Amino acid sequence: MTDILKPTRRGLLRGAAALGATGAIASPLVLREARAQAAFNWKRFSGQSIDVLLVKNPRSDLMQAAEKEFTELTGIKVSAEQVPEQQQRQKAVIEFASGKPSFDVSGISLHVQKRMAAKGKWFEDLRPYIADASLTAPDFDFADFGAGPVAYARQADGALDTIPFFVDYWMVYYNKELFDAKGVAYPKTMEEMATVAAKLHDPAKGIAGFVSRGLKNANVPVWASLVLGQGIETTSPDGKLLTDTPEAIWAGELYKKLNKESGPVGQVGFNWNECQTTFMQGRAAMWLDGIGFATPLEDPSKSRIVGKVGYGVTPPGPKAHHAGMFADGMGISRGSQKKQAAWLYLQFMTNKANQISMLKAGAGAPGRASAYLDKETIAQSKFGAQYFECLLNSAKIARAALPQIVPVTEFRDVFGVALTNAIGGADVAAELKKATEAFAPVLVKSEQG
Amino acid sequence: MTSTTLPASSLATPAQIPAAGSADFTPRYWLFSLPAVLIIAGVIVFPWLFTLYMSSQDWKIGGGPEFVGLQNFAELFRDARFIESMGHTFYFTVLAVVLPILFGTAAALVFHREFPFRGLLRTIFVMPMMATPVAVALVWTMMFHPQLGVLNYLLSLVGIGPQAWVYSPNTVIPTLILVEVWHWTPLVMLIVLGGLAGLPREPYESALIDGANAWHMFRHITLPLVWPFIMVAIVIRTIDALKAFDTIFVITQGGPGTASETLNIFLYLQAFQFYKIGYASAVVVIFFVIIIMLSLLLLYARQKSKWNA
Repeated sequence: MTDILKPTRRGLLRGAAALGATGAIASPLVLREARAQAAFNWKRFSGQSIDVLLVKNPRSDLMQAAEKEFTELTGIKVSAEQVPEQQQRQKAVIEFASGKPSFDVSGISLHVQKRMAAKGKWFEDLRPYIADASLTAPDFDFADFGAGPVAYARQADGALDTIPFFVDYWMVYYNKELFDAKGVAYPKTMEEMATVAAKLHDPAKGIAGFVSRGLKNANVPVWASLVLGQGIETTSPDGKLLTDTPEAIWAGELYKKLNKESGPVGQVGFNWNECQTTFMQGRAAMWLDGIGFATPLEDPSKSRIVGKVGYGVTPPGPKAHHAGMFADGMGISRGSQKKQAAWLYLQFMTNKANQISMLKAGAGAPGRASAYLDKETIAQSKFGAQYFECLLNSAKIARAALPQIVPVTEFRDVFGVALTNAIGGADVAAELKKATEAFAPVLVKSEQG
Repeated sequence: MTSTTLPASSLATPAQIPAAGSADFTPRYWLFSLPAVLIIAGVIVFPWLFTLYMSSQDWKIGGGPEFVGLQNFAELFRDARFIESMGHTFYFTVLAVVLPILFGTAAALVFHREFPFRGLLRTIFVMPMMATPVAVALVWTMMFHPQLGVLNYLLSLVGIGPQAWVYSPNTVIPTLILVEVWHWTPLVMLIVLGGLAGLPREPYESALIDGANAWHMFRHITLPLVWPFIMVAIVIRTIDALKAFDTIFVITQGGPGTASETLNIFLYLQAFQFYKIGYASAVVVIFFVIIIMLSLLLLYARQKSKWNA
């Protein structure tokens, strides 16, 4: 055995040769990374401090946990505030309307506030920042963000005012045990969902064949996801309401049938949390909702169906196959005095490592495509291969479910009441016609003002 | 001992001293009332004038105000949801006042008597009142869950099928009243109990001598004497019920559909979900008029119910 404390001339030569060979192989990658990082100065805004407005959720928890690392890297101090979703939206609207928001960075729900943000000129256009090599780290790789999420974040004039860091695809959670017990296969079409739900519906045993949101406002994404199966959205590309068309009525009838005939008692008042609890306790065979709600289903301390959950892509409708898409973005306030420092924060929080952390923690589906290719994360995940398969396949057919208009909340409220009435037995066509008539002037006015 | 005599010139003459019951409005005293006037003007008068101003504007957050006169009010009275929400508000208020008053008065009569563990039981009885409304609402929401809630489980033990509770348009308001009754009956009990504690013994002794039974004594002595206290409870409960928001918002958000949408929920939606500040301000003005009218009516009734009236 060679004594390393007494090196021989031959041993030293062998070692030097080995080191040289390793260096020769690794040098292009290492040097490229080193050069890139050396060229980018993360510390140029050191000493500044920024304020961030976040929605209270697990993704914001991860961002707050990463703040320390960000401050060490940049010297920028972060003061982030998490506010519950509804209140955060109100706070953002009021503060942006004031022209002097108290935060430099804010998260928004693109499916609710995208047009409002554009109309109110809330955010900076990020395209010049991304294009500026002195402001954007070379490894940020914006092209890595999925085409769907980026298209969703992009405004009608091409401006990119937020980074779409989180995407939620609508899909069907199903209880494999209940399906197997009755020998029923996963539905191949939207219409078949109703047939399958009826077969699995067993009120005597307290099992509902299907559960989805029935509560006014919350229920609109369910119907809107079904509307996508007809190859249309609830508004036309030129902003006309398509909510009382035969296609929309078909979706409304299916929504009514699924909920009224195969839903649990009281589903008319269910939001996602009641649906989740019902499904998690093994009391529903299928649940149509966002994939972002999967985490507690595989948590043994909360769920009775751990390991029994199937993750199915939303079945195709009569004319098209789409998964409803919802997304969150983060942008830099136009009124901010520290825009560059805020951009460094945005870059860091949405970089590849932090997007993978989101997936790893089960905190939702990241906007970056590379996160789904991280085999280590997938292998270590508590979700099985079917979950990731569903995620990837849903991403391929994703389409915005809610209309991209300014008064989204009012849209959800008005049509939410119509859908709730439908579950209660009201005529779907009449309800949708009434809601369309009530909402049309609101939409017209929002475009004028 | 020394005595001090004030010079005659420093003493006010009878003519300078304001007569009892009259006020001196000379400018030298105005300065003392200025802080109170400024505060009242700043926190009460100005917000009201500004609300009135906003109610005459077509104003959405993010856009500029545009004067529309009384158009917001005209639209409100054509808005079926506004009319419906007024109906829900009155329905909710009547039940949320009458039932706690009845149960609270009954409870006060029970707790007014001497019996073992009275103090302990009274403490337990008033505990709901101490809980935070939002926390109470969250707990009841879980209990109302049609599949997993404890209420339906308890009903199942006696062979009754699952009820929809707040998840049905037909039962939502009565169910919300159940929460109100549970939460606020103790307050009524405490007010009425205070009244009962101060009642004189002599009328009862006379009544007993005259052969009156328990019902006669309650109907003709207790109730008239304790009525001013019940009126106080009615005023407090009416104001509380009219402005009820937190419990309803947390449990139903005005749903299912619009089945439990009261004026407060409607107002919240217009102001903080749809950001229609002008329209919401018009709702506030109408709501204010309703509250003033009801308050005057109740205060008049209270005045009439006083012992010496």
